[in-house]
Amino acid sequence: MNNAPLLQCTDVRKAFPKPDGAELLVLDGMNLEIFEAQIVGLLGRSGSGKSTLLRLIAGLAEPSAGTLNYLGKPIRGPALGIAMVFQSFALFPWLTVFENVALGLEAQRLPSVEIRKRSLAAIDLIGLDGFESAYPRELSGGMRQRVGFARALVVHPNILLMDEPFSALDVLTAETLRTDFLDLWAEGRMPIKGVILVTHNIEEAVLMCDRVLVFGSNPGRILSEIKIALPQPRNRLDPSFRELVERIYVEMTVRPTGAAAAGRTERFPGLGIGSVLPKVSSNSLSGLMEAVAAAPFNGTADLPKIASDLQMEIDDLFPVAETLQMLRFAEVEGGDIKLTEDGSAFAHAVLDERKRIFMRHLLNYVPLAAHIRRVLDERAAHSARKSRFIDELEDFMSEENADQSLRAAIRWGRYAEAYAYDDENAMFSLENPT
Amino acid sequence: MKRFEPFGFLRDLASGWDVAAFIVVIGLVAFLGEAAHGVFAPLVQLSVQPLSLDPIHLPEYAARTTFRMLVALFLSLVFTLTYATWAAKSARAGKLLVPILDVLQSVPILGFISITSVFFLSLAPGRVLGAEFVAIFAIFTSQAWNMAFSFYQSLRTIPTELSEAADSFRLSPWMRFWRLEVPFGMPALVWNMMLSMSGGWFFVVASESISVGHTSVALPGVGSYIALAIEQRNLHAIGWAILAMLIVILLYDQLLFRPLVAWADRFRVEQEPGVRVPDSWALTMMRRSRLIQAATVAFHAAVRWTSRAVKRTDTLEVDAASVGAKRSQDLFWVLLVAALVVLALWHLVAGLITTTPLREALHVAVLATITMLRVFLLIALASVLWVPVGIWVGMRPRVAQFVQPVAQFMAAFPANLLFPIAVYGIVTWKLNPDVYLSPLMILGTQWYILFNVIAGASAIPSEMRYVTANLGIKGWLWWRKVALPAVLPFYVTGAITASGGSWNAAQVAELATWGSSEVRARGLGSYIADAAVAGNFHRIVLGVGVMSLFVVIINRLFWRPLYYYAERKYRLT
Repeated sequence: MNNAPLLQCTDVRKAFPKPDGAELLVLDGMNLEIFEAQIVGLLGRSGSGKSTLLRLIAGLAEPSAGTLNYLGKPIRGPALGIAMVFQSFALFPWLTVFENVALGLEAQRLPSVEIRKRSLAAIDLIGLDGFESAYPRELSGGMRQRVGFARALVVHPNILLMDEPFSALDVLTAETLRTDFLDLWAEGRMPIKGVILVTHNIEEAVLMCDRVLVFGSNPGRILSEIKIALPQPRNRLDPSFRELVERIYVEMTVRPTGAAAAGRTERFPGLGIGSVLPKVSSNSLSGLMEAVAAAPFNGTADLPKIASDLQMEIDDLFPVAETLQMLRFAEVEGGDIKLTEDGSAFAHAVLDERKRIFMRHLLNYVPLAAHIRRVLDERAAHSARKSRFIDELEDFMSEENADQSLRAAIRWGRYAEAYAYDDENAMFSLENPT
Repeated sequence: MKRFEPFGFLRDLASGWDVAAFIVVIGLVAFLGEAAHGVFAPLVQLSVQPLSLDPIHLPEYAARTTFRMLVALFLSLVFTLTYATWAAKSARAGKLLVPILDVLQSVPILGFISITSVFFLSLAPGRVLGAEFVAIFAIFTSQAWNMAFSFYQSLRTIPTELSEAADSFRLSPWMRFWRLEVPFGMPALVWNMMLSMSGGWFFVVASESISVGHTSVALPGVGSYIALAIEQRNLHAIGWAILAMLIVILLYDQLLFRPLVAWADRFRVEQEPGVRVPDSWALTMMRRSRLIQAATVAFHAAVRWTSRAVKRTDTLEVDAASVGAKRSQDLFWVLLVAALVVLALWHLVAGLITTTPLREALHVAVLATITMLRVFLLIALASVLWVPVGIWVGMRPRVAQFVQPVAQFMAAFPANLLFPIAVYGIVTWKLNPDVYLSPLMILGTQWYILFNVIAGASAIPSEMRYVTANLGIKGWLWWRKVALPAVLPFYVTGAITASGGSWNAAQVAELATWGSSEVRARGLGSYIADAAVAGNFHRIVLGVGVMSLFVVIINRLFWRPLYYYAERKYRLT
């Protein structure tokens, strides 16, 4: 076996310019090697830069610094031996299954006889026989993603990139596709040497990968690497499988310390109005508090357990849990979530009482909400324009984040009845509608 | 056992669809060949063979008119695929090309005719061809701008993943254009072609008899036929022309646009469930006919050959050194454009100031205001009439199914064919032209309001209807809180189209003749029409300029904000 890496990323960094001239760092200090016969998982929450890294490898974007080498040569533009499977399939709706699959070969200007032979072989391999002349819209989601796979495999790539390929499918279909893929991979029937799988589903990563790289956010970077040596086919109920899942949860909920924490200013509580507020509704917050407070958890819940009970993926669950932590309704650490005293009180209270508790915590622990309320109190008219706060926020964060944070402050402020907001005039006020 | 098939051999030879397709194709070729004949004839021939009002000539005239329409449509398509692509692909060029398109869109179309006809006539001196250029260019200007805009929008909104897929499978720019960009833009483009068409019919009729100063040319066509009928006060002939036009538009719809719309449906990326797939007998015929199938196979092979012939070049690297160079190039570009603008402005202002006294300019502004009031008043009146009707129809799917195509057909029909009848009435009963000529401006464009409102009312989700029924919301409350807000985004779209069309129609509607009698309404339209008849170039430019300015300002300050407001607040998704 060849020991040279298929792919090598060295000190890769990616930043996007912000309108005010500063830059938004999405990926930093990325070092990574991919070897033959490995499925490598990039696991992380949205915004951790894992999709950005995949696009750099695919040659769809350029790194701001660092180098990416494929078979020892720097990647400049989409490389011939790297193919990609997309989250939303990205099929051309006006081409038939066959034409979609053949497109990549046509771009390589191969003879039509060979295009035909190879396309039919790929269609056959992936289980699409009989669907050659169908249009994508006639197919179910699972069949569409099979076309996505066939289209990527037909160009005989050395590296197959997969960008959350199963996340747009229903649970059953996704499982079938995963199993089929793993079978083909184990039998060595696919013309590929290595796979990079981007996912935010911890179980999927443990099920499929030989190595999992856990990504952290702000900026995106690798937090840790976990080797998975379980033999295939893997069993989700196997204790060692559960143990690995649990371990990754712990990795992902680790509290940043020292230098790492300094890099994470934006998402962390207690740093003034400069912290970006997440898109979490008051309903999700009370829902999670109620679930943790109720039996069998009674105030302390294992995150993987409650995630599977509530059928939430980490992208849904983590922001809610972190918001509870920010509001001091819960503590999140070591893969567990534990309600504080006020968190339990909230879970057991009736609506009016809940609103009172929520208002207290909102004004104490969310500086932006407290700021809005203070401004409204101080003004004689008890009203203020939205743009005033947006301007202040944009000193600290991007336009998009400022908008998102203010929306969160509006949503929670309305629930707590701490202040009112009129979208028509973009005005905050203390009045309630009469 | 093999089943016995009667006429099995015949079936092998040609299917019924083949025969139908063959007849239609040959018929079209003969029709167009007939029409193209005479284009290269010398102009003198037009006076040797003057137009005749005998309806027997109408099929030939209709063929000539249709031919002009097709050529213009083709040119518009070529313009769209190049101009819009350039604007979308080059950020630098786009900065200039997009605003230019926006202004061109608001220039009244007859203005183009008056300004450009001298140039086009001089291109082929003494030949019919020159006059044909003028007519075709007029139709082109009524179609090209919004087609180009729609394609530009499509190019800018290609889903990221499709674009990334094209890149990652290393499609060459040429292949990317034909396999991704053109197909993606197709549904919107076809829809805009249909919209353009009604404008096209309006102006083909208006542009066939051209008079520039002392020269006047009447190209054989339905428009010239009408002009002659007006001159000779022949109501019968006008009736015949209207009939001919109805048939032509019906054929166009059935043979060109229905198939196009049904075909373009394949290119839709998002398929909303429950939306009926459009069908067309003509498309079915083409798809089932092996004759035409063979032709499309050959076409596809040719397309594949071109994608093989053009190589992909990797151009992704942007190194730091070239960023600086790009900045300075940008600066150069901006300076160049600024210089051009200043030059053009100076030329224009100098030209106008020396020839146009301030009084004249003020006079034109007053006339423009009158026309503006007229347009707004008419839109308001049409709205009061058609919004309730449209909602009533749209809530009843079976009625809508019948009314909707009729409304769309009416919008496509060139309303100026009906003008003589109205003018005849005004002249006969001596009515006030300032009042009675006005409705003509909205005669053809009011239908946009109707069919958009019908579409809006049909799109109200059935759950929302159940809720209103369940809560017992009726009467005025229902109109105020449910029906009117629900159709508002659709209504605004319709009203914008109607308003634009009415400004254009003003030039034809504010000055009308019937034989030797002339009726005139005060306004910018009649000012431009007068200037065109007199061949006063400066007045034409002044009138057209002021009209464009008014249309641009009204769009920016009124329609656009209203459109975004309605979209944001009232769009049901």
